Amino acid sequence: MARGQTGSTAKRKSNDTGVNAASESGVTQDQLLSYYRDMLLIRRFEERAGQLYGMGLIGGFCHLYIGQEAIAVGVQSIKVAGDQVITGYRDHGHMLACGMDPKEVMAELTGRAGGSSKGKGGSMHMFSTEADFYGGHGIVGAQVSLGTGLALANKYKANGNVAFAYFGDGAANQGQVYESFNMAELWSLPVVYVIENNQYAMGTSIERASSETHLHKRGASFKIPGEEVDGMDVLAVREAAGRAAEHARTGKGPYILEMKTYRYRGHSMSDPAKYRTREEVDEVRKTRDPIDHLQELLEKKGWADEAALKAIDAEVKKIVADAAEFARTSPEPDPSELYTDVYLEAAQ
Amino acid sequence: MTDVLMPALSPTMEEGTLAKWHVKKGDVVKSGDVIAEIETDKATMEVEAVDEGVVEEILVPEGTEEVKVNTPIARLSGDGGAAQPSAPAPAPEAPKAVVEAAPVAVAPAPAQVALRDPQLPEGVKLVKITLRDALRDAMAEEMRRDDTVFLMGEEVAQYQGAYKVSRDLLQEFGDRRVIDTPITEHGFAGLGVGSAMAGLKPIVEFMTWNFAMQAIDQIINSAAKTLYMSGGQIKCSIVFRGPNGAASRVGAQHSQDYSAWYAQVPGLKVVAPYDAADAKGLLKAAIRDPNPVVFLEHEMLYGQEFEVPEGVDWVVPIGKAKVRRVGTDVTITAHSRMVGLALQAAEQLAGAGIEAEVIDLRTLRPLDHETIVESVKKTNRLVTVEEGWGAMGVGAEVIARVLEHAFDYLDAPPMRVHQEDVPLPYAANLEVLSMPSVEKIVKAVKAATYK
Repeated sequence: MARGQTGSTAKRKSNDTGVNAASESGVTQDQLLSYYRDMLLIRRFEERAGQLYGMGLIGGFCHLYIGQEAIAVGVQSIKVAGDQVITGYRDHGHMLACGMDPKEVMAELTGRAGGSSKGKGGSMHMFSTEADFYGGHGIVGAQVSLGTGLALANKYKANGNVAFAYFGDGAANQGQVYESFNMAELWSLPVVYVIENNQYAMGTSIERASSETHLHKRGASFKIPGEEVDGMDVLAVREAAGRAAEHARTGKGPYILEMKTYRYRGHSMSDPAKYRTREEVDEVRKTRDPIDHLQELLEKKGWADEAALKAIDAEVKKIVADAAEFARTSPEPDPSELYTDVYLEAAQ
Repeated sequence: MTDVLMPALSPTMEEGTLAKWHVKKGDVVKSGDVIAEIETDKATMEVEAVDEGVVEEILVPEGTEEVKVNTPIARLSGDGGAAQPSAPAPAPEAPKAVVEAAPVAVAPAPAQVALRDPQLPEGVKLVKITLRDALRDAMAEEMRRDDTVFLMGEEVAQYQGAYKVSRDLLQEFGDRRVIDTPITEHGFAGLGVGSAMAGLKPIVEFMTWNFAMQAIDQIINSAAKTLYMSGGQIKCSIVFRGPNGAASRVGAQHSQDYSAWYAQVPGLKVVAPYDAADAKGLLKAAIRDPNPVVFLEHEMLYGQEFEVPEGVDWVVPIGKAKVRRVGTDVTITAHSRMVGLALQAAEQLAGAGIEAEVIDLRTLRPLDHETIVESVKKTNRLVTVEEGWGAMGVGAEVIARVLEHAFDYLDAPPMRVHQEDVPLPYAANLEVLSMPSVEKIVKAVKAATYK
């Protein structure tokens, strides 16, 4: 278990001057415990996915969400029924946060019939209409236009829903992001752009790739408000996401949240990580870990003793073990699936 | 003395209406003054004086229709240093030669075309309308039928369509359903696809398919593949439409035919109609289709009139080719504007004793090879015609299918007619040399029939 005891809120704040601090008011014990559980589930799930990848059970690309768990969980906490989520290829965490079955997600990673896309999508391409999760997209930045389109549909249908379009600091340099920003503000579309700034676009640090590294300012020329958020603090994420969603939902148009975060693992499983030092990674893990932080808060409030945390731990471990077992034993798709789902039958 | 000539508003304009004179005989005009307004079915434009002088004579009265490009419409006295000839509007002279050379001017008589599918009920009237209006009617009818259908694209609303295909739609449906976009093909194609994933049925108009290269990632990676990658969960019912291929004298970047590009992609349906009845019926089918459809129109056909059934819900099924001329000696396949050339070639060949069967592919994906194979089994010879480049092209695919299914029936190597293997040149003579033509089709047929 990577849960260190050295982190402190004071340290976190001094690292991120100007970052909105978390508000603990208005959060119930049950809510905090569920965030803790959900974040832990993502972490344990991803650790296991990394393991299965090493065993050759998962093929191709596999991008892990470890370190960024507070963002997907914090945003999910303020969503209302029908709000959509769309993201790029680092998508396992969002799917779990949206409530998709870990078994189906893991079985998709192993390319099995029981996977959420019947094994035809893989790590980067998973969807759930039930969970309002629209993928899972492998082309950097494409999900920003698509997510803005989801918001267009919300406005067209006047359904009061908001679309959350996630992308990374790398995608923030793609042209279509700005084409989408322009139309979203022009047409007051209900979309929240969640930039997960984990500092590295594959192996290129943000300083080496972006002339303006404060990505929340990137909407300025489109008149889109933006703010920087401590993406390692689930309560800060929750509060900012609530503010942004309110803005979008009340017809004021798009909003940008720049989540300052960090991924502990490589860009994908095949990442030699020559672009950053071991010490840098260890420092973040020790001082800013989102799960450690939440655990401290729970303990400080007296909302979870060691036994309670251990129970959550055990529950999560079991879910992940079952998911891995399902992903290993679910059969490969039947060859007859090769030609299904290419077209839908046209009604005559 | 200087003649003011009737200007061309576009590379394909041949004639227009002199709507209004802003000057009269005896008026003094200066360079830049608006002297007249001219109209075509696509656009209205003000004619500015290039030379200075006094209006000596109005040669064409206002309200005159069908004034040919380059006709003198007024005469200025030459006080104002009018040594050089007048050029009232951009490039008034250049298009003429090309327009004459271009086969578009001679459409085959639509009356010969039997509207066999679907069967028309008794007593349905056929009315002549332009292909442009047929497309507009198809969109309007489907928008009336289904509130989730909407149109987005550059200049589709207030401007009424860059080629006037969306004329009057804004007035009927309002700006919720007819949406002007900024010039951001990549972005608005993505928005369209996203909205389709959320259950809407967008019609995304590209001003031309040439500009859709900016958006091709969203068309292929997002629209075409997501149903499969989601195991059948995420539907994307969307139509991407606009003019494809070469207009006239617009150069290589505005003239490409993308038929083969999109027809290669599983998950897309690709439709390329020739006449107005097919354009209307296939566009209605495309809008109703639950899959992403690439709908390739042709600018040179927009203004042509064809017969379209009136007063019926005219929907032509996607995926069916159409025999447009019955023949016994050779099968010619074509789609979009090339069907017109193939039919003209067939008429010429008939004079030489060769009866060609002309098949309009209409849909490129799925390709109806059964109709082609059936025809080749009868004629034993095949010539394919397409506007795009030959390499890896539609003709190559048609020939491969025929070889697979009717190899033993062929009496001669199949021939291909296509654009020459160069970027489309601007110079009028080179452009003509580069494009498929009636003559090239006739020559290919003669080679295939050993005549």
